[in-house]
Amino acid sequence: MTTMTTDVVEHDKVLEKAAEWKAAGKGVALATVVATWGSSPRPVGSQLVVDDSGDFVGSVSGGCIEGAVVTEARQTIADGQTRLIDYGISDETAWQVGLACGGKCEIFIEPVE
Amino acid sequence: MKTDLLAQLLLDRAAKRQVVLATDMATGDGQLLYPAETAGGDELVAAARRVMVADKSGIVELADGRRVFLHVHNPALRMLIVGAVHIAQPLSQMAVLAGYDVAIVDPRREFASQDRFPGVTIIDAWPDDGVDQFAPDRRTAIVTLTHDPKLDDPALIKVLRTDVFYIGCLGSNRTHGKRLERLAAEGFGEADFARIHGPVGLDIGAKSPAEIAISIMGEITGALRRPASAVAKTVAKAAAKAAAKAAE
Repeated sequence: MTTMTTDVVEHDKVLEKAAEWKAAGKGVALATVVATWGSSPRPVGSQLVVDDSGDFVGSVSGGCIEGAVVTEARQTIADGQTRLIDYGISDETAWQVGLACGGKCEIFIEPVE
Repeated sequence: MKTDLLAQLLLDRAAKRQVVLATDMATGDGQLLYPAETAGGDELVAAARRVMVADKSGIVELADGRRVFLHVHNPALRMLIVGAVHIAQPLSQMAVLAGYDVAIVDPRREFASQDRFPGVTIIDAWPDDGVDQFAPDRRTAIVTLTHDPKLDDPALIKVLRTDVFYIGCLGSNRTHGKRLERLAAEGFGEADFARIHGPVGLDIGAKSPAEIAISIMGEITGALRRPASAVAKTVAKAAAKAAAKAAE
């Protein structure tokens, strides 16, 4: 119905999935958009949950940095360290995800333990 | 994030509590804050209250140099409209645009047809039962529009016993005065009256149903985003009324 409502629904699924995967004995990491600049495709607070096999639910961008975030999240599952990573979305990639100019976002990755 | 923290966060969300998750960006340590349930608090709680009210998660830098991510987990905004009258049409549409889940309660079937209210839940019940079905919470605004005491009063009596953030009642000063007299007879007092915005809406000279809806939506937005000033306004109104009564 509205963007806000959709976000709430997606949000629910991500955290519940994190709890569910953890309860099933998987290694789990959570990635959260903590800051954005310019036309970043997903708002602050958007989340992605990743398991040790690389399965993920949720999103932190329009799809352009998910691959890199999943790779970092698997590192976090392996070493238990939090990570804070800046991603610049190039004009070219931003154009591909439907934005006319580049954006930047900061992603916090933490283990669920 | 610790699993017990995650479990508590999921419980809070299911219970529709307003909770802010504060995560230290250097250590990853998290804690849950409930600034809606307390007054005052330290620097972190005050910052959490600001982002909670603004509905905007973000990083804050504390005086001791710590960077903390404040993640707001607010339940969805909701609105219950009592009376499927003409003003309810633009009001419900505007509320949907502003991100509210909207329901309208009206036992008169000819008023509350789904055709007139696309995208809105219709509760075909007496307003007191309708309030029970809707189960209002702290993120709910309720507006009574029927000006019929038979319909408005039972809903008001129910919602005054809940912690909704906004209660508005359509009707003139005179109508509102009579409404408060009836509520007083039901055992409600000044503290309850101070919660009611009546006559409903900001004083912007609204004439048409859409304009009146704008004035109501504006007042609700103020109560949501500047809760302290909304309280101050209703308290001032109640005090002026009490002073006028004392002078009689």
